[in-house]
Amino acid sequence: MELLDNLALGFSVALSLQNILYCFVGVLLGTLIGVLPGLGPIATIAMLLPITFGLPPVSALIMLAGIYYGAQYGGSTTAILINLPGESSSVVTAIDGHQMARQGRAGAALATAALGSFFAGTVATFLLALFAPPLADLALKFGPPEYFALMVLGLVASVTLASGSVVKALAMIVLGLLLGLSGQDIYTGVPRLTFEVDELADGFDFVALAMGMFGIGEIIRNLEDESQRSLVAAKVKSLMLTKDEFKQIIAPVLRGTILGSFLGILPGGGAMLSSFAAYSIEKKVSRTPMRFGRGAIEGVAGPESANNAGAQTSFIPMLTLGIPSNPVMALMIGALIIQGITPGPNVVTDKPDLFWGVIASMWIGNFMLVLLNLPLIGLWVRLLTVPYHVMYPAIIAFCCIGVYSVNNNTFDVYTMALFGVLGYALVKLDCEPAPLLLGFVIGPMLEEYLRRAMLISRGDPMVFITRPISATLLLLAAVALVMVLLPAVRKTREEAFKE
Amino acid sequence: MGFVRNPKDVISGLLFIALAVLFAWQSRELTIGTAMRMGPGYFPLLLSGLLGLFGLIVLVNGLRTPGEAPSGIVWRALILLTLSTLLFGFAMKPLGFLPALGASVFLSTLASRKFHLMTALIITAVMCVFCWAVFILGLGLPLPLLGPWLGGY
Repeated sequence: MELLDNLALGFSVALSLQNILYCFVGVLLGTLIGVLPGLGPIATIAMLLPITFGLPPVSALIMLAGIYYGAQYGGSTTAILINLPGESSSVVTAIDGHQMARQGRAGAALATAALGSFFAGTVATFLLALFAPPLADLALKFGPPEYFALMVLGLVASVTLASGSVVKALAMIVLGLLLGLSGQDIYTGVPRLTFEVDELADGFDFVALAMGMFGIGEIIRNLEDESQRSLVAAKVKSLMLTKDEFKQIIAPVLRGTILGSFLGILPGGGAMLSSFAAYSIEKKVSRTPMRFGRGAIEGVAGPESANNAGAQTSFIPMLTLGIPSNPVMALMIGALIIQGITPGPNVVTDKPDLFWGVIASMWIGNFMLVLLNLPLIGLWVRLLTVPYHVMYPAIIAFCCIGVYSVNNNTFDVYTMALFGVLGYALVKLDCEPAPLLLGFVIGPMLEEYLRRAMLISRGDPMVFITRPISATLLLLAAVALVMVLLPAVRKTREEAFKE
Repeated sequence: MGFVRNPKDVISGLLFIALAVLFAWQSRELTIGTAMRMGPGYFPLLLSGLLGLFGLIVLVNGLRTPGEAPSGIVWRALILLTLSTLLFGFAMKPLGFLPALGASVFLSTLASRKFHLMTALIITAVMCVFCWAVFILGLGLPLPLLGPWLGGY
């Protein structure tokens, strides 16, 4: 069995002392930021990017991945105990989870979240191991037109699945693409879109942009409302599930896992969408939907499994095609590029230790999270009592040091300040910054594939339609776009995000 | 402004259009080339046009359908946090790591409405020690603790 050999290779990499350590640091940090509201995985990964430059690529990616799925765990803990979702993907967990906690079933809710997530994480890891290599093989046959079409589909899908205005999100993507083009033209070496600034000859710094928008901009926004949160933590008695409860969660966990795994692969999917979708499905299939919102254990089991499965499988398009399905994956691609690795189908064959090591580490990381989270709940809850006005100066300091240390360049610090202001302004205008980051990473690739495709076809744009794969992909993109713009679909979509 | 029905959309639309014009103006001297051999200016101009178009749609939407005005801006946080980031940049080369960090952290604590002098001083001191331990001792970043203006190197 080739799969077993590959997994064995993966575990031998992931189980080295150094990588176990980085995996542990990653999931611990992830849980921490998942617990703390106002500090998400995007900002944290951006802050830590500079630190990972010195690490071997495998260790860097293992740690960053740990932060992402660790955050899903941490977010659910505080959602259940104090009705304060630390992470956007655990917003729905708070609905029934916190009700359970108020009824004295906090332990059961936490155990459900942990078990569901662990099960989903295990399944998703296997799916990743199973489907990623064939997908990479397929991707190797892709020419420039297919890649271009795939990226267009990815960008369009990320818009249709996100919340908020579609046109604004499209505009944000295009703005991101433009910002990404800044710097030298790859073919002619001509500097362009540099605003006559010498320091921009290599384009905008990725770390500075990400930290400005998701670090500094986010802090400014959080300082708008400084009202004290009242913290009434529920007591955790027993973490054991009764036999009946265990039977109740089996089906929701399975459904959540399947749904999350599927949605995670889709561009624009990932943890948040999965948990929302899983909650509405559980409510629909339930024979007693009125229990939802009043402490239904299924309302915790489904979304928690789904968000973890989605977080894992969103690595599939990133690792096999080099295309990010969400902003966190865009950051991972940034990290790989800085390490000198071009993400794409070649990674599976050229760097099997990296590919399989990261996959194996996810399972190990999930296991660590179960062991780590349950006993440390008391500590996490106490962390929440740290007031925000004590916490944010530290984030500012880390951002400044982080962005400066990338190139020892003060210009990057100024860039970060600029993007902080821009990020805040855009959020105030209800323009989500996440699509911009996606566009920024994809911009140069998109242009390169477009130019190559047009060169091959001698300037005939029909090449995108005459080749079956690219035509299918573009058709899917067009359908997705038309769907969200149709009034009927638009209405249900708005309602779905309101829930 | 009676005809502005959704201020958020109108402002976003204008912002997108302005940025589109800015990027198009930036690409004015680049070779456009042909569809077969695209020059460096082809794709940026194409995208600028697209951004302008989306901006226009958002703008028109804002004039047609009603919506909320943006909530108040926290000028205090916006200005002070931007300044504290810039200050770190300005101070890093001449003054060195510790003074730049301390000044920047202290300035950033002023951004909160819950500012308290003692707490702010404690946060500043703790952050200086912590960052020195983590980044200089732990990770070995080659940053001078004190810059040339303060007798460092």
